[in-house]
Amino acid sequence: MKFWREPLDVGDIKVTKGKVTVVEERCKGCEFCISYCSRGVLAMSQTFNRKGYHFPEVVAPKLCVNCHFCEVICPEFAIFSQEEDQ
Amino acid sequence: MSAQAQAAPQAAHPQDELLRTDRIPHIWCSGCGIGIAFGSLMAAIAKCDTPRDDISVVSGIGCTGRLAGYIHLDSFHTTHGRAIPFATGLHLTRPQNKVIVASGDGDLLAIGGNHFIHAARRNVDLTVICVNNFNYGMTGGQLAPSTPFGAKTTTTPMGSPDEPFNFCALAAACGATYVARWTALHIRRLTTAISEAMNKKGFSFVEVIAPCPTAFGRRNKIRRSLDLLRFYYERSVVKNHLAPGEATIDFDNKLVVGKFVDIERPTYLDQYDMVNRGELEAWPATGVDASAAGQRKAG
Repeated sequence: MKFWREPLDVGDIKVTKGKVTVVEERCKGCEFCISYCSRGVLAMSQTFNRKGYHFPEVVAPKLCVNCHFCEVICPEFAIFSQEEDQ
Repeated sequence: MSAQAQAAPQAAHPQDELLRTDRIPHIWCSGCGIGIAFGSLMAAIAKCDTPRDDISVVSGIGCTGRLAGYIHLDSFHTTHGRAIPFATGLHLTRPQNKVIVASGDGDLLAIGGNHFIHAARRNVDLTVICVNNFNYGMTGGQLAPSTPFGAKTTTTPMGSPDEPFNFCALAAACGATYVARWTALHIRRLTTAISEAMNKKGFSFVEVIAPCPTAFGRRNKIRRSLDLLRFYYERSVVKNHLAPGEATIDFDNKLVVGKFVDIERPTYLDQYDMVNRGELEAWPATGVDASAAGQRKAG
């Protein structure tokens, strides 16, 4: 992230880290989580699940900040993130 | 050993405790907004202090009507349009219950329109969540009372000739104590609105504008659900506490979203108890002066 000046408490701020889990069998490939992930953690898979849909794959796990937005936007309850220890 | 570690069961989804997981995946199409509204409802229920046994969900017929079958609470899937009468009965027999009615626009405000306005007039303590997808999705995308003027549906292939209902204005005019409208992409605010509506005494109404790519979007040249979701979101303007009559759903200028009404009014049970206790004052409250009757000259 780019700042116009360095924040004074930049050393104290802890950015949470998340771990995204995809429940592949529930996914119907609507791409909501991929488009609305602000950190670009997810991408569409090349493979299919049992129902014939592409599902999201975690391509950049280190970028996830555990904002839970993929979890709340998923209409299928197929993705969620959990806080991970640093 | 390592094989066992790999085969360790995957962590469960945090909302699984409120879901009937044996019925998931649900029947809703890929990219349907009902799932998002359902997730918001479950998040609001998870935050709520009420014991789970005292929360019940009632829904009618339609795509959204299936919601009651997926939630792991006391729930009932009623006949078409009769979700509110059933919920009213449930509320009167178990007044400690938080009764949530979750249904679609066609169910709540077309066939169930009369029940809706009278429940709002009596101020029955219900939380009504209306998922508005602008058509009858389950039966193939027919014209609904919410279909925008000019929009194409199965039964109006040249465009709808009718003016749509403004549900929020209708609810507010009928006396609802809490009225809010959000699109399916305002997820956090929607969850807050549902929480507030559940904690509100009286008839509270939350309208969710949800994409229906299969039936509505496809006929109106917005085939991808993602585009439809973004279309609603980009044209929305947040205006809290605006007079509900001015809160239009105008796709060209402004699709007004926000919390429009948050008032206090005695509920149906309050007033009914007052009548039963004999505490009701004579009507009219100002009394009738019999000697003055007939004195006023006509014309």
